[in-house]
Amino acid sequence: MAHTRIALGGSALVTAAALAAGLTGCGAADMTRQSSPYADAKGSRTVTLSVQSWVGAQANVAVAQYLLEHELGYRVDTVQIDEVPAWDALSQGRVDAILEDWGHPEQEKRYIDDKGTIRRGGDLGVTGHIGWFVPTYFAERHPDVTDWKNLNKYAEEFRTAESGGKGQLLDGSPSYVTNDKALVDNLDLDYQVVFAGSEAAQITQIKQFAKEKKPFLSYWYKPQWLFEKVPMTEVKLPAYQEGCDADPEKVACAYPHTPLQKFLNARFADRGGDAAAFLKKFRWTTDMQNDVALMIADQKLSPQEAAGRWVKENEATWRTWLPS
Amino acid sequence: MTATVTSAPSRPPTASDTASDTAPGALRALARHRGRLIGAGVAVALVLGAVLLGGGSWPASLAVDLSGPLERTSDWIVDNRDGHPLFLYFLGHVSNVVVVSVRAVYLLLLALGWAGVTAAAGLVAWRVAGLRLALTSVAAFGACGLLGMWVPTMQTLALMVVAVAASVLLGGLLGLAAGLSDRMNRILRPVLDTMQVLPAFAYLLPVVLVFGIGVPAAVLATVVYAAPPMARLTALGLRGADAGVMEAAASLGATGRQRLLTARLPLARKELLLGVNQSIMMALGMAVIASVIGAGGLGDRVYQALASVDVGAALAAGVPIVLLAIVLDRVTAAAGERIGTPPAPRSRLGWTLALVTTAVVAVAGRLTDRLTWPDAWTVDTAEPVNSAVDWMTAHLYSGVPLVGGTADWAGRFTTWVLNPLRDGLQWLPWWAVLLTVGALALFIGTWRTAVTAVLAMAAIGVLGVWDPALDTLSQVLAAVAVTLLLGFALGIAAARSTRLGRALRPVLDVFQTMPQFVYLIPVVALFGVGRAPAVAAAVVYALPAVVRITAQGVRGVDPAAMESSRSLGATGRQQLFQVQLPLARPALLLAVNQGVVLVLAVVVIGGLVGGGALGYDAVFGLAQGDLATGLVAGAAIVCLGLMLDRVTQPTQRRDLAGKGA
Repeated sequence: MAHTRIALGGSALVTAAALAAGLTGCGAADMTRQSSPYADAKGSRTVTLSVQSWVGAQANVAVAQYLLEHELGYRVDTVQIDEVPAWDALSQGRVDAILEDWGHPEQEKRYIDDKGTIRRGGDLGVTGHIGWFVPTYFAERHPDVTDWKNLNKYAEEFRTAESGGKGQLLDGSPSYVTNDKALVDNLDLDYQVVFAGSEAAQITQIKQFAKEKKPFLSYWYKPQWLFEKVPMTEVKLPAYQEGCDADPEKVACAYPHTPLQKFLNARFADRGGDAAAFLKKFRWTTDMQNDVALMIADQKLSPQEAAGRWVKENEATWRTWLPS
Repeated sequence: MTATVTSAPSRPPTASDTASDTAPGALRALARHRGRLIGAGVAVALVLGAVLLGGGSWPASLAVDLSGPLERTSDWIVDNRDGHPLFLYFLGHVSNVVVVSVRAVYLLLLALGWAGVTAAAGLVAWRVAGLRLALTSVAAFGACGLLGMWVPTMQTLALMVVAVAASVLLGGLLGLAAGLSDRMNRILRPVLDTMQVLPAFAYLLPVVLVFGIGVPAAVLATVVYAAPPMARLTALGLRGADAGVMEAAASLGATGRQRLLTARLPLARKELLLGVNQSIMMALGMAVIASVIGAGGLGDRVYQALASVDVGAALAAGVPIVLLAIVLDRVTAAAGERIGTPPAPRSRLGWTLALVTTAVVAVAGRLTDRLTWPDAWTVDTAEPVNSAVDWMTAHLYSGVPLVGGTADWAGRFTTWVLNPLRDGLQWLPWWAVLLTVGALALFIGTWRTAVTAVLAMAAIGVLGVWDPALDTLSQVLAAVAVTLLLGFALGIAAARSTRLGRALRPVLDVFQTMPQFVYLIPVVALFGVGRAPAVAAAVVYALPAVVRITAQGVRGVDPAAMESSRSLGATGRQQLFQVQLPLARPALLLAVNQGVVLVLAVVVIGGLVGGGALGYDAVFGLAQGDLATGLVAGAAIVCLGLMLDRVTQPTQRRDLAGKGA
């Protein structure tokens, strides 16, 4: 009895192996051209979009997804990937598009110029800016805190258990672009960079500080929905000039204003049909993105509900994105 | 050998000591005064070290900078992934097979429709484990649909089926090799032991680099994590085969192959099924962590929800994982228990009935066009959960009269416990740290564990991450102390009161299967950003295992010993401290060991909430695709895990149930 059962198991195993070999073929298998196993289920056309962890990016994806599904008849899968690995996934075709990129010159050179596996998808229409921010309630009481030269004077007020004897500069996710450690060193600031480790953790902490009207200094960026909840004022760092951030060790200037970019997988850009054409034309404004982001993050609507509401009220805008 | 080495320092001579009368007297004296000898040795070495080596952290001259070669490796892989034969003819096929199989399972599940899948789950549970579990299974799948998580649940299920199948196959083969050959067993055992203590986070980066973000990488990382328990249990089952039965089979003229197939494997069925059960639990534990590298499904929903600080949505996606885990665990455990009992009459009929019913339900679903879970049948649970969390943070965070808020506790814990501990460890001269590690390991374990522990610690120094590693270590130590304090208290209470024990069980079950990520956001809301929330999450995660092992150990104390102490007039308190606890010492040591391993796994993930140190480096490496930082941090975490495991490892190999994933 046991014998036959095991023999059966063995033959099933051989069959499975043969089947796998048959399915995958015996020649070369280029894994940079394999799509997600969940794609194209039930004979539908699927687009896979990369969602980064911040809510602004979720808003882009939510609206694009809503229109692709309801207006163009696609099925959309979303995958959350950090910024740099997303480039790699995009080049391999694991995702079809990134809708909001904050500038990665090294990856652009490698994947667009050298390998040709990624194509530019044009401006998103939103301009991003990174900076150091203090809560407006604190800036109103101490107007001179908004100049970096006075920061050392306030180091004592920004102290926390984590920062030890120094003031705390709260940084967010390790995946974000940041020069803060170099800036603190090069500007001789009496501050300690404390990495929240993820944006979620950073937002939670900022909200807690704000609830008690405590002072804090944080790395933050625009556009971001949190400004609507916790008004913050930017601290002026030495002005940005072209190339002043070339050497990451010696940076001593502010962050630039970056027009955010879209990128498409090269094969998708060529053969993606309506979806690719739509994503290339997708272009909105900072305010629009903020509206949707706020619905998601603050009113806790699901991204699809939020997108649905926005789409209902802004038909004139999105009509122009649809391929004619 | 082991008998002499493990003898407690001040133990009177016993049978085993007198039995080794042939050994030189000096050796025996040495063994008896082991504790004192280790102490003296350490003292001498401390003085010598202070004179010869001085203080300070790990010297730069003894460290190796790996960033250059690692960056070159990373670039080479990215550039050659679409051209080199290794990728085209080997790894590409591996990846392809994974994609094809996951897709096949996924399409099958979708084709069955929600009704078909639920019916199949219920019927299989009914055949294997009876009516009660069948109802549980149906309810669990129904709940997944109600929470609006049907499609992600199917994606996760498809991935799990493939990952568990691969783990069982791979683990089974390794276990077979180790079970049949002594040499393979000697080679594999330390490897498997080590794999079981590694935090899953450390695996991710190398897998991602080779396979890219996506399902293949996620499946492979899961297999690496879930295969070891299967291998260990298979080997154990094969090695434990009754010698009498084997002898009988041999005397009947069975060949080696026949003996394996007809005697050894059937005798090991129980262990094999336990191995499958463990593999499933480990794989599910990995479901959320793997979403960081693109596993999709439920894990990805948890991860996305946490990004927008939406605990309610994260919980809605986390609950199906727990439900899947509970159903699969109970069903496989029931299957294991039934082994050995004769198959019920008409069992084939029952299976046929189950198959036919499933087919009918699936076809009915298809005909009525009800394959996807109806949107109207979903319940929004996120809202109430979020308001509960908001209330908690609003009222507990600070300004609570008398005790202060949680944020104040966190601040005090950081200032008065974590900071001094970290600074103290980092202030210690490097050789003193090595010495302490070695002495502790020698004291609790054997010279072998001591050597491994010291080498692992030294490797951290060589990798050039001495200071961050000590920072992580300080968090682990603080969390372990809190965990043990709470865990022992709760465990003892649960062992002494049946009612409390019964009330605790489901709570422990849920906490143990809950994905670690779900804990991270509430702890930030309560304790702010930093090392304190990382420690808190680690304590919550490790507590169930410690409570459970402690309770089992205390409860398992020989009733005769309890009875005799009672007849001698011992009070309840005396009984506890003088009989139960000393007799439960092995279990308590095991609890310490498990606690340490589990705490490390979460302290590392604490990098996501400001824990800093090695965890942050690992997260940074993953997020930036920076192999140099990420892999070095990963390796250091592995070494730290190895060191902590060996230092706390009693000579008896610990429970095979492994860590509760």
